[in-house]
Amino acid sequence: MEKSIEVHNLTVSYHSKPVLWDVDFELPKGKIIGIVGPNGSGKTTMLKTVMGLMKPDSGYTEIFGQPLDKVRERVSYVPQRESVDWDFPADVMDVVLMGRYRKNNLFKRITKEDRRIATEALEKVNLLEFADRQISQLSGGQQQRVFIARSLAQQADIYLMDEPFVGVDAATEDAILKLLRDMKNEGKTVVIVHHDLQTANEYFDWIVLLNTRLVAAGPKEQVFTKELLQEAYGGRLTVLSKLGDLISDTEFPLREPDFKEDQPQG
Amino acid sequence: MFDPVFIKVLLGTLLLASSSAVVGAFSFLKGESLVGDAIAHALLPGVVLAFILGDGRHPGYLIIGALIAGLIAHYGITFIEQRTKLKSDTAVSLVLSTFFGFGILLMSYVQRTGQGQQAGLDRFLLGKAAAITMMDLYVFTGLALLLLLGVALFYKGFQLMTFNEDFAAAIGLPTGLIRLSFTVLTVLAVTVGIQTVGVVLMAALLITPSAAARSWTSSLPGMLLLAALFASAAALGGTFISAALPKMPTGPWIVLVLGFFGFSSLILAPEKGWLSRRRRAASNRNKTQRENLLKLLYGAEERAGEPVAMSAGAMVDAREQHYEGLTKTLRNLKKEFLVVERPDGFALTDLGRSEGRRVVRLHRLWELYLTERLGMAADHIHPQAETMEHVITPEIEALIVKELGNPEVDPHQSPIPYEED
Repeated sequence: MEKSIEVHNLTVSYHSKPVLWDVDFELPKGKIIGIVGPNGSGKTTMLKTVMGLMKPDSGYTEIFGQPLDKVRERVSYVPQRESVDWDFPADVMDVVLMGRYRKNNLFKRITKEDRRIATEALEKVNLLEFADRQISQLSGGQQQRVFIARSLAQQADIYLMDEPFVGVDAATEDAILKLLRDMKNEGKTVVIVHHDLQTANEYFDWIVLLNTRLVAAGPKEQVFTKELLQEAYGGRLTVLSKLGDLISDTEFPLREPDFKEDQPQG
Repeated sequence: MFDPVFIKVLLGTLLLASSSAVVGAFSFLKGESLVGDAIAHALLPGVVLAFILGDGRHPGYLIIGALIAGLIAHYGITFIEQRTKLKSDTAVSLVLSTFFGFGILLMSYVQRTGQGQQAGLDRFLLGKAAAITMMDLYVFTGLALLLLLGVALFYKGFQLMTFNEDFAAAIGLPTGLIRLSFTVLTVLAVTVGIQTVGVVLMAALLITPSAAARSWTSSLPGMLLLAALFASAAALGGTFISAALPKMPTGPWIVLVLGFFGFSSLILAPEKGWLSRRRRAASNRNKTQRENLLKLLYGAEERAGEPVAMSAGAMVDAREQHYEGLTKTLRNLKKEFLVVERPDGFALTDLGRSEGRRVVRLHRLWELYLTERLGMAADHIHPQAETMEHVITPEIEALIVKELGNPEVDPHQSPIPYEED
């Protein structure tokens, strides 16, 4: 199997409370992959760590067999829609163009080519006629599609999306799904954080079941079983959550400072 | 009036106000309006120390002192936010008050030694635009250009970091560098500003122009431009007022004029402003009354089985509503050919009948929706429908009709009147 994302012995904490414990899995290329689990199970943390937005206490992640910094331009990220203030003074095109920003064009003007690519991305999410619309005037579903258009404008090979189906109307849901399948057919990999079990089976080819620790990862036929789902959704492990509280309260370091396990070996 | 001092002050305040406004716009948008205030207060010890250690009259020393103090304060706030459980506003207040207290302490020390008065060190507290020297003016011009250039250069970075910092980090932008540049620009703006308006009023120069500008525009470049214009107008106004009136300080007048722009914008701005919201409320009330009258006439026709006329008095009795505005509304309905006036009162035209039918239909559809979809009891739904009949758009109506499968009667067994075609 060709690998897209590798996660090795990852432990991450938030406000010094561990939210991911020793998670370890590999994801294939060219599939639609769901990271699924109940609220507070560390799904968003997982995605943010892969994107380098949170520092792990231990372990490491790789994309296409390399550290993120080496492949950043091949990776696209769609944050949660609610994570930004949609009252920001910008129109739809402004936001989609942000997908063209790069480290090496930060000080340069937006080019015609950037605009062409952004227009194309808007067309794909059916928002072209809204290009000049203020983002504060969009519905939830339209906002989500703007975010997806921005990520399409990045022209990446792998797309990491945080809850793109939350609070969108049925039409947007269908449009996103169709888009995801088109992307898959072009050989792109899509990883989606998703909390809704009912739709997970229908949306994804491959599923990572998460609840602070890894419950299972694999093709959905293998993972979407009653036993595994019960394990993921049947409440948190009491011992683990008690220990997490204790570590947070005492500010106990999760690894001794000179612990060297997070270096990739070989 | 156009003596050299006046021109000097005017140019100085214009440069300062417009460039501060452009930098402050990003703090305003990020919801960090207080950070500029904190940095302004935190600069005081830096400025006074620079005065003690270096040459107090040379702007270069002051800028370096301010820059160091400002950066320490900024990183202090960030450190406290990240490493402790204190909320961000607490971190800001903690740094602000500690630095400011230290600055005041240093100031009283300098003033006791007697050097303070000579250099006019107290101008940093409340500002003293009249003390602007030629040297200051050169420095101001340089700094103002630097600020505008900095914002232009980092425009994409500032824009994205303000809107969506995680995304900026995810695509590998140098977020640390962008944040540092922004802090340096803010500190520079404040350093210049406090000589004119003082530490205490500096936040107004950073934030108020943007708060005023945001009410009028929804484009970021437009907002930056407008904020700079508001700030320039305030600088102009403040300088003129203080020159025209005897013994009037410039800084506070600039801030007052800015405040005037800010509050007027809140009142006058299109859509979001207080006035247009009142106008909207009035037009909603008006729409409600019109539709209620048409509904009333339609209901009377429905009961009588034939066209009827109602006098204005009968309408008041039937609706239990006030007479206020009724005559005017009826006159308007007449003008729009929705009703005709007959000797025995007002009667619906075909157009008015169709409109009355629409309102009754929406009322009954909504009652049905409430009982069918939300499981509400039939005796609770009328007040709700009284409001919704004026709100529901044709698109929503179509949705309801579709979802309820073209219903024939409402929960009270009254027919739902569709348009016959």
